[in-house]
Amino acid sequence: MRHRLHVRVGPIGFRIGSVWRRPIEQLAMLYAGYPAAEVPDFTVRLAPPSAWRRVVRPTVALAGDLTLPEAAPLPLAQAVLAAEMAMNLQVALGHRRHLLLHAAAVERDGRAIIITGESGAGKSTLATMLATQGWRFMADEFVLIDPVLGEVHPFPRPISLKNAAIAAVTARCPDRRFGPLLTATPKGTVRHLAPDARAVAAMDRAARPAMILFPRFGAAPAWRAVGAGEAFVRLTQSSTNYVALGEAGFDRMTRLARDLPRIAIDYPDTDAAIELVEGLWRAL
Amino acid sequence: MAATRYQAPPGSLLVRALDDLTAVYHRPSGATHLLASPAPEILAALDGVAMTADALMLVLAVRYDLADADPVALAARLDELVAAGLIVAA
Repeated sequence: MRHRLHVRVGPIGFRIGSVWRRPIEQLAMLYAGYPAAEVPDFTVRLAPPSAWRRVVRPTVALAGDLTLPEAAPLPLAQAVLAAEMAMNLQVALGHRRHLLLHAAAVERDGRAIIITGESGAGKSTLATMLATQGWRFMADEFVLIDPVLGEVHPFPRPISLKNAAIAAVTARCPDRRFGPLLTATPKGTVRHLAPDARAVAAMDRAARPAMILFPRFGAAPAWRAVGAGEAFVRLTQSSTNYVALGEAGFDRMTRLARDLPRIAIDYPDTDAAIELVEGLWRAL
Repeated sequence: MAATRYQAPPGSLLVRALDDLTAVYHRPSGATHLLASPAPEILAALDGVAMTADALMLVLAVRYDLADADPVALAARLDELVAAGLIVAA
């Protein structure tokens, strides 16, 4: 393809090709400072679903090594989102070197908090805000766990902020690099935030998992311990490759669910969440 | 006719306790099962050892100090474990 970006994020290399120049420029801005992928693991292609759609109401198909037949194309203005979704798809369907959790992660003193929950639970916002308080941002969207050693490997992709989180994070981090504001996407309003330089510089430094958090946004501050069985069910539901990893996946997932502190937290705003997390961390 | 003997084939199960639940990985199928008592206790007794329902009842009664073991309920649990593929009946 005419326009290309090769980028490595932690242990995974991507080759992104596009028939249009603008999406690659936008992605290059979000991935400024990342190393180039010498041997890409996955390829993503930004191209119209048909020749007409390159010029008439142009749209981008979610395409790459691995695709989902029912994935609908997005308008060209949302090409960055299409690229990020296609990159997620490659990892979700194709990555086998690590156990994947749909989660965010932050690190302090070599120990990581895994933040998991359904979309809208506030994973991205919480991880972003903790990174403004001295935590190292490790991952949003996918947390990579070494199935044998159990370490969390960084995968610091641009953070996909949605709807109300956009204004909240922009107010706190006005100097950071943001992608274009994308309105009326399938996920509502979306804006990507480039991880800070510290997260990118440390993308090869793994951490030991120390706690699993199950946040829920919108209620008064509260926390409760989560049973190992419930944690196991929620973690397996959040993994796209648990079944594919077979016995190694079972072994690692049961250890995560059994051996780490597991806490569900409710929080009404990010200040309350940070206070809760810091309190729980001190009590570890 | 000899009574049916039940067994979890040797090496077929990987069992891990998770508080009040037990996760079981079934190696031949790659399937994960999440079990509540008394299924894990039954599997532990039948892991690599074939025995009749009567013998199993005795083993469970001794191991877990059961005073009022119910053979009908045990038969139902055994049928469920056979249906799930975790034990075989022969």
